[in-house]
Amino acid sequence: MYKVAYFPGCSLSSTAKEYGMSTELICKDLGIELVKIQDWSCCGATTAHITSELMAAALPAKNLLWAEKQSLPICSPCSACFSRLKLADIDMKRDARLRADVTEVMGEEYKGTIEILHLWQVIQKYGELKPKKELKGLKVASYYGCLLTRPTEVCPDERIEDPQFLDNLVISLGASPVKWSYKTECCGAAFSLTKTDIVHKLSGEILKDAREADADYIIVACPLCHSNLDARQEEMGLDFRIPVLYFTQLIGLALGYGYSELGMMKHFVQAKGLLNSKGLL
Amino acid sequence: MARIGVFICHCGSNIAGVVSVEKVVEAAQTLPGVRVSMDYKYMCSDPGQNLIINTIKEQGLDRVVVGSCSPRMHENTFRASVERAGLNPYMLEIANIREHVSWVHSDNKDAATDKAIKLVELAVAKVRRNEPLQKMYAAIEKRALVIGGGIAGIQAALDIAANGYKVMLVEKEPSIGGRMSQLDKTFPTMDCSACILTPKMVAVAQNKNITLQTYAEVAEVHGYVGNFEVKIKKKARFVNMAKCIGCGVCTEKCPSKKTLSEFNANIAARKAIYTPFPQAVPNIPVIDKDSCLYFATGKCKVCEKVCPAEAIDYTQEDEIITERFGAIVVATGYDLYDHSRYGEYGYGEIPDVITGLQLERMINSGGPTGGHVKRPSDGKEPETVVFIQCVGSRDDAKGKPYCSRVCCMYTAKQALLLKEHYPNSQAFVFYMDIRAAGKGYEEFVQRVQTEYGVVYLRGRVSRIYEKKDHLLVKGVDTLSGQQVEIKADMVVLATGLEPKKEAQNLAQLLHIGYDQNGFYTELHPKLAPVETQIAGVYLAGCCQSPKDIPDTVAQASATAAKVGALLSQESLEIEPMISEVNPLLCSGCRMCYHACPYSAIEMEDKEIRRGDVRCVAKVLTSVCKGCGVCAAGCYCKAIDLKGWTDRQLMEEIGVLRYR
Ligand SMILES: Cc1cc2nc3c(=O)[nH]c(=O)nc-3n(C[C@H](O)[C@H](O)[C@H](O)COP(=O)(O)OP(=O)(O)OC[C@H]3O[C@@H](n4cnc5c(N)ncnc54)[C@H](O)[C@@H]3O)c2cc1C
Repeated sequence: MYKVAYFPGCSLSSTAKEYGMSTELICKDLGIELVKIQDWSCCGATTAHITSELMAAALPAKNLLWAEKQSLPICSPCSACFSRLKLADIDMKRDARLRADVTEVMGEEYKGTIEILHLWQVIQKYGELKPKKELKGLKVASYYGCLLTRPTEVCPDERIEDPQFLDNLVISLGASPVKWSYKTECCGAAFSLTKTDIVHKLSGEILKDAREADADYIIVACPLCHSNLDARQEEMGLDFRIPVLYFTQLIGLALGYGYSELGMMKHFVQAKGLLNSKGLL
Repeated sequence: MARIGVFICHCGSNIAGVVSVEKVVEAAQTLPGVRVSMDYKYMCSDPGQNLIINTIKEQGLDRVVVGSCSPRMHENTFRASVERAGLNPYMLEIANIREHVSWVHSDNKDAATDKAIKLVELAVAKVRRNEPLQKMYAAIEKRALVIGGGIAGIQAALDIAANGYKVMLVEKEPSIGGRMSQLDKTFPTMDCSACILTPKMVAVAQNKNITLQTYAEVAEVHGYVGNFEVKIKKKARFVNMAKCIGCGVCTEKCPSKKTLSEFNANIAARKAIYTPFPQAVPNIPVIDKDSCLYFATGKCKVCEKVCPAEAIDYTQEDEIITERFGAIVVATGYDLYDHSRYGEYGYGEIPDVITGLQLERMINSGGPTGGHVKRPSDGKEPETVVFIQCVGSRDDAKGKPYCSRVCCMYTAKQALLLKEHYPNSQAFVFYMDIRAAGKGYEEFVQRVQTEYGVVYLRGRVSRIYEKKDHLLVKGVDTLSGQQVEIKADMVVLATGLEPKKEAQNLAQLLHIGYDQNGFYTELHPKLAPVETQIAGVYLAGCCQSPKDIPDTVAQASATAAKVGALLSQESLEIEPMISEVNPLLCSGCRMCYHACPYSAIEMEDKEIRRGDVRCVAKVLTSVCKGCGVCAAGCYCKAIDLKGWTDRQLMEEIGVLRYR
């Protein structure tokens, strides 16, 4: 068993419950033990880092400190949480004054000795992936969004404009990644609440390009991307629907888990029909 | 006892406006060895120089100090005056009381005067130890080497040959011609590139003074100005040049057709036995070993069978020849930036995103598409074409901060050609600034917009999206502040110019410098633009910096003039202020050998005393520039720089210490 400090973040128990369910389910099979961080705090996404530099570092630091004390690498499935943890770490290493300030408010010093990983990286590096089912004939568009790929310091791939890591995962599950050029486009993110028309335009283009590239499904690694791409298809007035899955759910399918175990019924656009027709359920 | 004269110049009010010249004259009077001290309004003028000459004669002076401007300005002037008065010209020192004093300390006149006095004192202390130095001379090999056979090398070779000197032109490709031979029309006059270049290539081949070595590279360089010894590697051509009649049957019949043609910028294939293009000079093919079936499998030999002249020779090997030259011209040109480093433009993997050079080959009637522009993905003639400038130029993020200078113009040219070929087409150009500073250039770019309807958008493209049957180009027009989306059939990237991949290697062979971008460094950016820091090595064309054909040709002719001036001398005058080794003190540690930036130190076995042979340093007198690095680095104080000896410097330091 490979142990990691697990930082689920807020979405995984609310809008992205199924991301949390599928993550916990598959990690057992992959030989990864998720040690949940005790009394974890908000990563500060958006609100903290646009208002206070100190808070933007201190909030993630609370979680980083816990992991560092256990000498465990820290991992989050949420791209926003991952990005905040990683950037706080980078900022504190780059800026001694910030680090001192964080030490003062936290009462202890974060030394920066641990690895900060996205769930995808943990699976790729340490997971023992043994698919029970080959997802043959499934055409998948891997959507990376922005938080996993920008700024360059957090991106685990050298090809930031055309990352490959999720595509490679798709291949290892026996499915086929489609070639498309909207992998890292912005989905509209938090404009979802304030200027929904922007999300309709941006996410709509992403969906259309995936469809044009002949994809059956889109996979994502971020709760916010998921909600923009999945929940708003109805409002966009598209003449097609395309199911959007978490990459953990795709792994789950290959490991033989069922539709509801993986929380797939929670999606707005249901994948069941397609999966059935491909004989994958 | 020395008999020194001190002459202080007012330089009009340049010096006298700040420094109290009388006080300086007065102070100098009292210095040891000084016989006379006087001032004059313009010491460099005729009466000023006569004052110096007459005073030397009248007072029987043997040393002179002039307090004036920088030695860069007038040291030679005053050396000549001293010589005319019958003294050795090196018995002179200059105290720079203009650039170092009056020009920089005009805010504090008293301190300026004190500093001027101090500098004069230093010069007096130093001149007391000056020794007469004699000019030296070396013989010259009256023959030039030109490396690189692009338009720069061709022009330089023709001009040097026209001056009556022998030239060897070394080109690493199978033919001369360089990039210009790949171009279609040339801005701003739109004359056909081949039509103006081919006659020059033929002229090179026919010129009795020029020896051509194609498919050859420089392997080693030894020696110094006037006396270079160069080893040249002639790569095996596997074709006997004396027998080949250039009929081309071998190329026609060669079954290997998978290798991409470098000449056609990789948009078409070529054979394993090939000439890069039909007008090649020499018109003799080479076998590219890496793509030849015979060399890979031991079978084939089709070319040998069909050759009517029995010119194929698979047994040829690389050959090294050694030649002597008095001067070397480097004209190795440029490569194009590899746009696969631009992820936002598709990492070089989108078929319909091509480079400007590829478009040149397509639009050229002698090119692989017969002059038709066909987009690579499906061969369709494109209607909407987006040009993106500054790809690999002016982009710090890609490590290319400089402007490539020719891309604005070649983009305008290509947009015009496109419209001429396809009147229904529409070109869009994304640019940062339009740099069209040559003669007739701005007018040309204006014409492209007003007469040919090319739409210029000031801004960058953020991304190219590959759609099913078109490309979606998203960018910004910073003049209207709008985001722009263009549905394009093809995108052409104006990739920037960069030095040849092997340019640094060659620089090391020649000991010439290159800048942070890899372009060879000229001796002075304004006043010595074709010379290098190595005497006898000159530059021409894009290897020095990106430039268009007019500038390249002008620079090549300038270089040829410099080469002519060098080779026309009977022998080479060498500055005597160079380093000198005292072999008795030298330990042979090689500190100086490694420190010398000019490779002017050689190690040699020398009989120091009878029977005592040791390896000691020796200064190559015609190579040494007198920089003094060796003298400063020598542990044993075995090296002294003539004119700047340790003794002279200690005298100066002494003045600073005790006063
Ligand atoms: C797409 C494009 C379009 C252009 N259009 C125009 C135009 O319309 N008008 C205009 O004025 N300019 C134009 N230019 C610029 C023009 O190409 C250059 O000004 C010109 O080619 C420079 O000549 P050069 O001899 O310095 O270099 P090159 O043409 O690069 O020639 C250098 C030569 O040296 C050889 N060489 C290199 N290294 C070695 C070595 N180590 N040993 C031996 N040989 C070596 C090379 O093989 C080559 O033959 C254009 C450039 C591009 C990229």
